[in-house]
Amino acid sequence: MSKLSAFMGWIDHRLPVTATFEKHMSKYYAPKNLNFWYFFGVFSFLMLANQILTGVWLTMSFTPSAEQAFASVEYIMRDVEFGWLIRYMHSTGASFFFIAIYMHMFRGLIYGSYQKPRELIWVFGMAIYLMLMAEAFMGYVLPWGQMSYWGAQVIISLFSAIPVVGDDLVTWIKGDFLISGITLNRFFALHVIALPLVIVALVFMHILALHEVGSNNPDGVDIKKYKDEEGRPLDGIPFHPYYTVHDLVGIVVFLFVFCFVIFFWPEGNGYFLEHANFEQANGLKTPEHIAPVWYFGAFYTILRVVPDKLGGVILMGAAIAVLFVLPWLDRSPVKSWRYKGWISRINLVLFGLFFILLTWLGTQPATGIYATLGLISTIIYFAWFITLPFISAKEKTKPVPERVTG
Amino acid sequence: MKSLIAVIFALLPSFVLAAGGNVHLDDMKVDLEDNASLQRGAKYFANYCMGCHSTKFARYNRVARDLGIPDDVMMDNLVFAEAKIGNLMEIAMRPEDSKKWFGATPPDLTLVARVRGADWLYTYLRSFYSDESRPYGVNNTVFKDVGMPHVLADLQGKQVKGCAPVVIGFDPLTGRELKEDSCAREDHDGHPIEVLYLEEKGQLDAAEYDKVVADITNFLVYMAEPMALDRKRIGFWVLLFLAILFVPVYYLNREFWRGIH
Repeated sequence: MSKLSAFMGWIDHRLPVTATFEKHMSKYYAPKNLNFWYFFGVFSFLMLANQILTGVWLTMSFTPSAEQAFASVEYIMRDVEFGWLIRYMHSTGASFFFIAIYMHMFRGLIYGSYQKPRELIWVFGMAIYLMLMAEAFMGYVLPWGQMSYWGAQVIISLFSAIPVVGDDLVTWIKGDFLISGITLNRFFALHVIALPLVIVALVFMHILALHEVGSNNPDGVDIKKYKDEEGRPLDGIPFHPYYTVHDLVGIVVFLFVFCFVIFFWPEGNGYFLEHANFEQANGLKTPEHIAPVWYFGAFYTILRVVPDKLGGVILMGAAIAVLFVLPWLDRSPVKSWRYKGWISRINLVLFGLFFILLTWLGTQPATGIYATLGLISTIIYFAWFITLPFISAKEKTKPVPERVTG
Repeated sequence: MKSLIAVIFALLPSFVLAAGGNVHLDDMKVDLEDNASLQRGAKYFANYCMGCHSTKFARYNRVARDLGIPDDVMMDNLVFAEAKIGNLMEIAMRPEDSKKWFGATPPDLTLVARVRGADWLYTYLRSFYSDESRPYGVNNTVFKDVGMPHVLADLQGKQVKGCAPVVIGFDPLTGRELKEDSCAREDHDGHPIEVLYLEEKGQLDAAEYDKVVADITNFLVYMAEPMALDRKRIGFWVLLFLAILFVPVYYLNREFWRGIH
């Protein structure tokens, strides 16, 4: 016995390192037909790691006070060695995290990855998404620019729409009667400690639940139905090494795009870093046009569709809440859209396109044609969820193959 | 007269602006590699702007190093009073005083190019015109009722807003410019269109003045993101590395998956 295996034996008697590695990597059987869409889970994970690492380094030089926050970000950009790189990695990372998450979620929609027995994976995923929105929102307040301040003003004031307790709740969230250094400090605490802890815990649950039931695939067939004599799925391959080397290819391509933005397009035309946020927060000067960062656009549009504040908040809440119950809205006997009827397939494409439209509209002023488009897109967004149970239950599906088709 | 036409021609975009609702901005070509332009921009900025505007997130020695200005030259020409070379580029004017004098505290300009954009700055500094109703006798077509006096007026001369002949096209046969009085046309609200033109010549002619403004704008773009050139230089190598890394990673994957069908 070599020294290494003796050492591993010593460890394994005390901590199940090998067993865990086998369970989740080298003997975790994943379908062999996972395609392009399945890269976005690992991309999301990569961005989580990126945000945590760059976040730790940013924290070393950032000062969370109303007087110093803006200046300390510029200090990072100018005086800290490679501070600009760390900052751009973090700011671009936020947008790329959401791009990856949105693609990952849409993958779930087209292949029915939320259906039985993967409902909890979806619910944990949605919880991650919700926490991520809170995390991103609070992170956006920290540089203390004009959009940080006024964006926070808009979002926090939404809580005042709640009857009876609304106004007190807003004061409680702000910790002050205005958005101030106190608000900034508590958002900093939540952004760097509380929410990341929750997100990491939820990601752990998300993956644990996934590995319990196994990965879905583009055909939506259960690979555990056909196994060889040793109990290995015939259509499955060990995650490691097959998908580790496979993901590596995707990661290099993803990093290429990510680095292109970091080094050549960090402002993303004002979508990744808004122009107005290069001006220090000023509570006496309201910007002409307050726009959220692009990844909140869809829900911001839905919020603004209703002229009444409380109504808007309820509708926006509903738009997010309805995603949680998706596994129970889809009553189709098949998972993948490959075997669903053409109505489902067209609806899904439309849903995706209108979500993109909603997102874009959220960054534009809600006037004229944009307001009308916002209303139409909102109706289509909800119509998709409302009609889903009926269409999925009634519609004629195609026969699902016994084995994966590649 | 010829120079008047030239000025008007240069200001034709402002004519378009008056016709449309939104402010039209002239195109400014930023060149961060043009050190001479950046150095001139820094000099003009120190002489004409830094009396009231700080760039308090930047340091003198960083600017000196980036622009290739020796420290002693920087100290003698661009650093004021008791400031040291490593100091932030702050100003002595107190915000509460300047608010009293100008109606608003002149903003810090470190990041102004990232807030407004180069085209805006370039057009703004060329769009002051006489307006006796304003405290400092000037107004601006890009930033209406701005509190800032026209500090570059000595260089530019006296610009006014009114009716003037503008080039509206070219004669197809002779190639000569076709001109028309701007007020012969109306904007969307039915007002005659007024344009900016020079009434009194300044120390510089129009082209020279535009160049001064371009240098200042160039400097402010540098100031807003001093590492922009480094960023692109490093980015090239990062992308090259990833492109090369792709090759072994791609073949590694293909090798592993050879037997999977």
